[in-house]
Amino acid sequence: MTASIATNQTILVVGGGISGMTAALEAAECGKQVILVEKTPVLGGRTARLYRYFPKMCHPTCGLEINLRRIKQNRNIRLMTMTEVTAVAGSRGNYSVTLKVAPRYVNENCTACGKCGEAVTAEVSNPWNYGLDKMKAAYLPHNMAHPQRYVIDQSIVGTPEGEKAKAACPVGAVDLDMKEESVSLQVGAVIYATGWRPYDAAKIQPYGYDRFPNVITSLEFERLADPQGPTSGKILRPGDGKEAKNVAFIQCAGSRDENHLRHCSRICCMASLKQTQYVREAFGDAGKSTVYYIDIRAIDRFEDFYQMVQKDATVSFVKSKVAKIVENKETGNPILHGVDTEGYHRYATEHDLVVLAVGMEPEITGVKLPDDVILDSSNFIEGSKDGGMFGAGAASSPLDVNRAVQSATAASLHAIQIINKTARAEA
Amino acid sequence: MSTANQAAVERYRNNFLKEVEANVEEGHMVKMCMQCGVCAGSCPLGPHWEHSPQKIFMMIRAGKRDEVLGSDSMFMCTSCYNCIVRCPRQLPITHIMHGLANYAHRLGIAPKGQPTREFATLFWNNLTKKGRVNELTLTLRHYFRGGLVSGIKEALAMQGVGLGLLKAKRLNPMEIFGGHGVKDLKGFHAIIAKAKEIEDRKKGFTA
Repeated sequence: MTASIATNQTILVVGGGISGMTAALEAAECGKQVILVEKTPVLGGRTARLYRYFPKMCHPTCGLEINLRRIKQNRNIRLMTMTEVTAVAGSRGNYSVTLKVAPRYVNENCTACGKCGEAVTAEVSNPWNYGLDKMKAAYLPHNMAHPQRYVIDQSIVGTPEGEKAKAACPVGAVDLDMKEESVSLQVGAVIYATGWRPYDAAKIQPYGYDRFPNVITSLEFERLADPQGPTSGKILRPGDGKEAKNVAFIQCAGSRDENHLRHCSRICCMASLKQTQYVREAFGDAGKSTVYYIDIRAIDRFEDFYQMVQKDATVSFVKSKVAKIVENKETGNPILHGVDTEGYHRYATEHDLVVLAVGMEPEITGVKLPDDVILDSSNFIEGSKDGGMFGAGAASSPLDVNRAVQSATAASLHAIQIINKTARAEA
Repeated sequence: MSTANQAAVERYRNNFLKEVEANVEEGHMVKMCMQCGVCAGSCPLGPHWEHSPQKIFMMIRAGKRDEVLGSDSMFMCTSCYNCIVRCPRQLPITHIMHGLANYAHRLGIAPKGQPTREFATLFWNNLTKKGRVNELTLTLRHYFRGGLVSGIKEALAMQGVGLGLLKAKRLNPMEIFGGHGVKDLKGFHAIIAKAKEIEDRKKGFTA
């Protein structure tokens, strides 16, 4: 790769979700040089894959559009997709960073005309929909993808399928000879906006996520409700494609549990309260949501949202952590077993679909970070010993979008201060 | 702290919870329960308990001493450890249940005639006599616990098993005369006495 403009007055932002975009934009709009690296082919992260936000029930696409426009307009941001950080050495104000850029097999000539996608027949699992459906192996990750450029899946490179894609491209954008590259940069400060991932629900053995098709995660439910999702916005359960009118939400699926995640993931209560309204939106009074909870933690000023949902006659609450799920073999309905805490009644309740409100696990769990980075007991980033690296958004704590943006702005300001100090020291 | 505050704090302090913390095995963990109900739902004998574990923990915190210690619920535990494995707060629920049962038994307020309690007493007395379980006398005592007639009935009902054991030489009829014990019986009894002394001191039963 050609020489980059990075100097020790550049800020590296790792992760292109809502936090990373915000951190990069705030710094860039203050005139700082920013390199924004993102592991996947597109910006937006997990936020862009939500159907609606709480509490205003608006769509993430709106904010995404604004942020993407700001990024496109800003000349201080250098965006690198399909790029991962492999090593960070040095200290505050003077880091050497090594990046690994995975091949996209599509170059800048791409006009996103979609001819390669039409030509290819091979299909791969679609990560955008959390694997609920498949997509062509030559694909645009989603409609609002930025960069608006196709990706050829590695699995068809070197096969006749790959050649088909290449032959179909009218502008010669498909380059099957692209290789993985390694890039080294100098930067002054690093912001980790690496975000989160849903806790692996299959590990919660009694809930049978790996055994029962009609037990899904809250993120998969977001995709079911989304018009751009695998079911075009219809709430159809994966087991048999039947409409899921009677939906159970199980809170603390993996969170607040010494056997899984020790921390409270904070967002899941609000997320489930929000999702009960998807059921209402889809089925009106014929829909039915049941929330099984230990405590409802409608964080901060969202108590009124909770009260609003409580008043909804289609939503009921059961104070109990579900002990186990079994499947009704004939109907495929999950049956929830447990004992409630308000009266200690034993129940065995059948639902059409179970949504596990899975906890947030830091995406960097299991990744080797520089020794200087300080993690808390749940692997969230607290900062660094040398004071030049910061956590932002859900990488630093389980946060909702609103708070992730606040956190990212704060991290950006910290990084700007580091850069300014470095600049003064050199002047 | 003012004396009025002090008095309020003392009143707020739950004496029964403190008693459990001091005298029951793992009793200090009772306050860690967050009332999620997974223990009760995971228990294979759950429907047969009058009070589920999470309810017992709440009753302890509510100071319901007589209801808890007079209950037979703790005796229903079969030590399958499902609850311990699944408890999100890692409470040693099985141990606490045994601890509560043991404490109620020693106080003499556990329910009379509770089968688990009766058999456990029988087993313990049989074991500590010679340092080995005498299976013949244990079985007979168990059969005849309710009197001569019911004992004969129960023994006759089980005679097929008994004869089979005899034929396979797994049951020695001579054991009825006391049976064999450990080599150093005096030493064994001393060990038990010492253990009891330590246990009593720990759990506040010292005279």
